[in-house]
Amino acid sequence: MADVNRGNRPLSPFMLGQYYKFQLNSVTSILTRITGNAMIVGAFLIAWWLLAAASGEGYFKVVDYVITSWIGDLVMFFSVLGLWFHSLAGLRHLAWDNGYFLDVESSDKLSWGIIGGSVVLTLLTAIIV
Amino acid sequence: MRYLTDRKRATGMGSSKSGTDHHWSMQVSSIALIILVPLFLFTTGWIIGAPYEEVVAYYSRPFPAIVAALTFLVGMMHFKNGAQMAIEDYIHGLAGRLTIIGVTILSYAIAAVAIFSVIRLAL
Repeated sequence: MADVNRGNRPLSPFMLGQYYKFQLNSVTSILTRITGNAMIVGAFLIAWWLLAAASGEGYFKVVDYVITSWIGDLVMFFSVLGLWFHSLAGLRHLAWDNGYFLDVESSDKLSWGIIGGSVVLTLLTAIIV
Repeated sequence: MRYLTDRKRATGMGSSKSGTDHHWSMQVSSIALIILVPLFLFTTGWIIGAPYEEVVAYYSRPFPAIVAALTFLVGMMHFKNGAQMAIEDYIHGLAGRLTIIGVTILSYAIAAVAIFSVIRLAL
């Protein structure tokens, strides 16, 4: 058999950093996944808060204390940052899926747009909400 | 002579078994979420931290309640499908299948808790 190394090769995600250079597009793509998955923490907290509100005042006060504590604030702030990043990156994916902005130059421009845009939108959200 | 068309015989034969359904559901839910998420941030995001009476009164209004329920319904299904893709890339074999089952259960559980709570607050 020609391929004697079958099953013992490094697979693509774990080649990053060792064999592949970090690039703007690979980093923003990975961050899209990380933010998407990390938002489960925020979703869990808000669902818990809704359940407490539906259960009664005593329980509500407990969860309200958690969600408005500094650690709750921290989770909510990073959830909003993740939410905006994931939303903007998701829009780029929708454009890519339809064949637009696939060249490196426009992808890079959009990457900076996603990074800057998510920070600005997060700060706006934090100020308004 | 075969009465099945070639396309019909090919359906479901790929390694994913389901063709483009998964990708299509991600596209549909992502566009729905682009509309829902800003509305959710400025309704539920705004009322989080308010006192109990205000929160209860807030969700008795139709708009915040419908937006919250829809966001959790569409959002958790989008999470379930998206997380499944990530798991399929990184975790293989039995561990991968068990993780997908766990994530699916978690997604439905969070959606059910949130939607039940919103309905109970609204009614």
